[in-house]
Amino acid sequence: MSLDNNKVKEIAYLARLSIENSELEQSTKELNNILSLMDQLGEIDTGDAEPMAHPLEMSQRLRDDQVTEDDLSEEFQEIAPKTGNNHFLVPTVIE
Amino acid sequence: MTWETVIGLEIHSQLKTKSKIFSGASTAFGATANTQACAVDLGFPGVLPVLNQEAVKMALRFGLSINATINKNSIFARKNYFYPDLPKGYQISQFEIPIVGNGVIDISLEDGENKIVGITRAHLEEDAGKSIHDMYDEFTAIDLNRAGTPLLEIVSDPDMSNAKEAVAYAKKIHALVQYIDICDGNMQEGSFRCDANVSVRKHGDKLGTRAELKNINSFKFLEKAINLEVERQIDILEDGGSVVQETRLYDSIKNETRSMRSKEEANDYRYFPDPDLLPVAISEEVLLEIKKSLPELPTEKKLRFVEKLGLSSYDAEILTSQKEVADYFEIIINKGADAKLSANWVMGELSAALNKNQVEINDSPISANELFSLISRITDSTISGKIAKDVFKLMWEGNGSVDEIIEKQGLKQMTDTNALESIIDDVISNNLDQVQQFRDGNLKLLGFFVGQVMKATQGKANPKQVNQILNEKLTEI
Amino acid sequence: MMHNLTIAEQIKGLKSRDFSSLELTEHYLSRIDDSELNAFISVTSEQALTQAKMADSILAKGNASGLTGIPYAHKDIFCTKGVKTSAGSKMLDSFISPYDATLSEKLNSQNMVMLGKTNMDEFAMGSSNENSYYGSVKNPWDTKKVPGGSSGGSAAAVASRISPFATGTDTGGSIRQPASLCGITGLKPTYGRISRYGMIAYASSLDQAGPMTRTAEDSAIILNAMAGFDERDSTSANKSVPDYTKNLSKSLKGLKIGLPKEYFSEGLDKGVERVIIQAIKDYEAMGAEIIEVSLPNSMNAIPAYYIVAPCECSSNLSRFDGVRYGYRCDDPKDLNDLYLRSRSEGFGDEVKRRIMIGAYALSAGYYDAYYLKAQKVRQLISEDFKKAFKEVDVIMGPVSPTPAFELGSIKDSVSMYLADIYTLSVNLAGLPGMSIPAGFSDNLPIGLQLIGNHWSEELLLNTAHQFQLKTDWHNASPVD
Repeated sequence: MSLDNNKVKEIAYLARLSIENSELEQSTKELNNILSLMDQLGEIDTGDAEPMAHPLEMSQRLRDDQVTEDDLSEEFQEIAPKTGNNHFLVPTVIE
Repeated sequence: MTWETVIGLEIHSQLKTKSKIFSGASTAFGATANTQACAVDLGFPGVLPVLNQEAVKMALRFGLSINATINKNSIFARKNYFYPDLPKGYQISQFEIPIVGNGVIDISLEDGENKIVGITRAHLEEDAGKSIHDMYDEFTAIDLNRAGTPLLEIVSDPDMSNAKEAVAYAKKIHALVQYIDICDGNMQEGSFRCDANVSVRKHGDKLGTRAELKNINSFKFLEKAINLEVERQIDILEDGGSVVQETRLYDSIKNETRSMRSKEEANDYRYFPDPDLLPVAISEEVLLEIKKSLPELPTEKKLRFVEKLGLSSYDAEILTSQKEVADYFEIIINKGADAKLSANWVMGELSAALNKNQVEINDSPISANELFSLISRITDSTISGKIAKDVFKLMWEGNGSVDEIIEKQGLKQMTDTNALESIIDDVISNNLDQVQQFRDGNLKLLGFFVGQVMKATQGKANPKQVNQILNEKLTEI
Repeated sequence: MMHNLTIAEQIKGLKSRDFSSLELTEHYLSRIDDSELNAFISVTSEQALTQAKMADSILAKGNASGLTGIPYAHKDIFCTKGVKTSAGSKMLDSFISPYDATLSEKLNSQNMVMLGKTNMDEFAMGSSNENSYYGSVKNPWDTKKVPGGSSGGSAAAVASRISPFATGTDTGGSIRQPASLCGITGLKPTYGRISRYGMIAYASSLDQAGPMTRTAEDSAIILNAMAGFDERDSTSANKSVPDYTKNLSKSLKGLKIGLPKEYFSEGLDKGVERVIIQAIKDYEAMGAEIIEVSLPNSMNAIPAYYIVAPCECSSNLSRFDGVRYGYRCDDPKDLNDLYLRSRSEGFGDEVKRRIMIGAYALSAGYYDAYYLKAQKVRQLISEDFKKAFKEVDVIMGPVSPTPAFELGSIKDSVSMYLADIYTLSVNLAGLPGMSIPAGFSDNLPIGLQLIGNHWSEELLLNTAHQFQLKTDWHNASPVD
């Protein structure tokens, strides 16, 4: 499976990354290189093996429905790039 | 034009847990922005989710009440997309294996018919925060208090064929989630949100392209939005065009739907099982415990009202549609009042007064016990049904108990046969023309005589007795 | 010299007042100052001195717990409240963490002294510590060579004795490989042994923290303090923590050691092979039985890992969007511009590559062929180990196919990835693994890898400790 420049641009946007046109060729080459490594997976016969999502056989632990967190909004907003009126601010979004 | 409409609803029901689904921050409504968003909710580097037990239990309550398959090992999956009110850049949801599978619910249509609607699945997920676009000119403001609130997303089969059915279904689910106490159903506050998937097709054709309608926060708007959309799609198709699969926002002020520009870009959500969470194992014991804790569900209650209390299906449907109303009604019945009479009073006078004054039944100034007393006084003939309405009004305004009002206002029904006969004799002798007309065959005049007797007795005469005595006296020569 | 003492010896020294924690701390801070290895991103001198003085007052009262007053270096992937936490990235260059990782809390509660945050490959992605926003780290044995990665700073700090121990994290070998290249002892415990809460996530189902020390005994002491159930981490195992120092002295007679035949093939450097084989002979001399085993899916670990890890990381790193913390580009024109430029300017090249690979592998139509398939291969790899552990107690082999390589010598990602061949499967199976110094080749350290079954840290530490009683490699030092 080989990617072309357009596909690479698509993937980059999916991950909200931008690639300069001058670097596109190089990026595509690098990604294809890694892809050929990944494509080796296609040659492996996994038989009827189940996909393993977790190395340990555990079930999800449940926590009690209690309020345990205090309001630390002041500290949290101190490190935010832009805030106003207790809100996090981003450039206007048009819905 | 034989156009068929196909509608499926996706309902997001906020679960009324105290804390969030994956963190210990509070879910209380109305707090100052971002004061209920902890480190986990804000998606700081390194934070991890831990699942709220109560959210799981609530999802199971829902599943059991729609007789659904319960997936004993459901998986949380990440739905990846970028939006400023989605802190982690993904929403923790459920994809391939939701906690609740196929179920059914039956709804009552306007003509009294029942319809069974299939529910494809219901799954747990976290809510996103809120984006406020009008606080600043050049900025959108983000409040993450709501981020992490547990949601149960309920997906129906595309079984509804018109807006009214869709509304009936939505109302049924709305009532059910409140019945089993998992959601407060407050559509204004956003704790119960309906999205509709609408498509049209010619009879016999395969399914048409659907559009998703969002931003609907009342049943009235749901009906309007769906009807608008059906019209819009039919217009397009009749003009030879084709419907675009998209998300459309309903604008209640302009009464139109419009395409959501920002979400038009095809979203590849790249679902995969969340590696920070493990499969949610549900045991038979837990299911049994939850089943036992469920209240009698609306469908069962309705059946009991029809079969055991002899109410009509229509009346039973109304009385059981809201748990608070059913509970109120049952207090009255359990004290021994006549079912039909009680039903009429709850659905009639009480309902009208509650609506007029915009009061919920739980806040009614006339308690179930007090209404029972009023109904008893009708049954034991102390007052007539008509007088009872006046007493009701006075009770509503806080003028005391039933008996106090009857006493103070002197509203006791006149049942003394001798006294009644005497008054009736007077009425007859004062209206000899009408007596003659009645005897000549104008039987409708009975009403006139009854009216005269009521006037003479300030409405207190027992109508049954009056009728009986009048009939006797008018027909004897 | 204080810095040549092991932690075990320093604990004794503090207790018997041979020196104070303040003296120890000042000594290390001064050595850090003189060091040119670039092992640290932040040196928290003021805080360290305060912590040392506090430790001394507790020691004076006589009711100090084991690790009171012991200094350490903390990999900059762990959130430390009020202290810069960068994960080696420009994206978090300005991030002062508002909370402490569980591990940070645990070490603080022991009244230990944090010297600073160590340098690392950006977001733990790399095997040479050349992917850091803060510049490469140098190998103390040869400053033209890499120290390994991603925990390169931690390894270099311990090896050059500018810190008695350091915390590290291991997703595909990032504790074991730098430990091997720098000649120190590194332990990655069983997945779930140490809490991940507050440990900036790279690949959630593979990441695990662990101690990097000079000796196995020190490793056991530190593991005692790091291990344990954490209710804030759903993947944390609710298993009791034994005293890992208790059984270090058990005899290895009868120990069954497995040598995977797949690990001794062509790609292995002759010098490395020589060291490993000698180490095995040493074990035989101690009474262990050497058995050949087979891990047929070993080679498949590379494609499996380089799908699972990028997929998980592409999602884990989506939170870095310039909205609530971290790097935000100047004057974003609109939301898209905010995302695109903050992320493109904030992330380094390798991170961007892995994010894109992950996004692609998870995208519509590719999920089955890549992610799902990789998880199936993971199952097979796990089964290989299960089978092997029916016949042997510990598996041994190389950590890295070569000794430390020249800085800047490996330019393409794939070549770098291929060098992870011996370490990746251990993470995929969630098993515990160690690297201990076993010799030299061309004057560069070579590590021996020990792999155990789930929850066999005690056995691994015992096995490592016995080797260190019989050999002297772990005492070799690149500095005085």
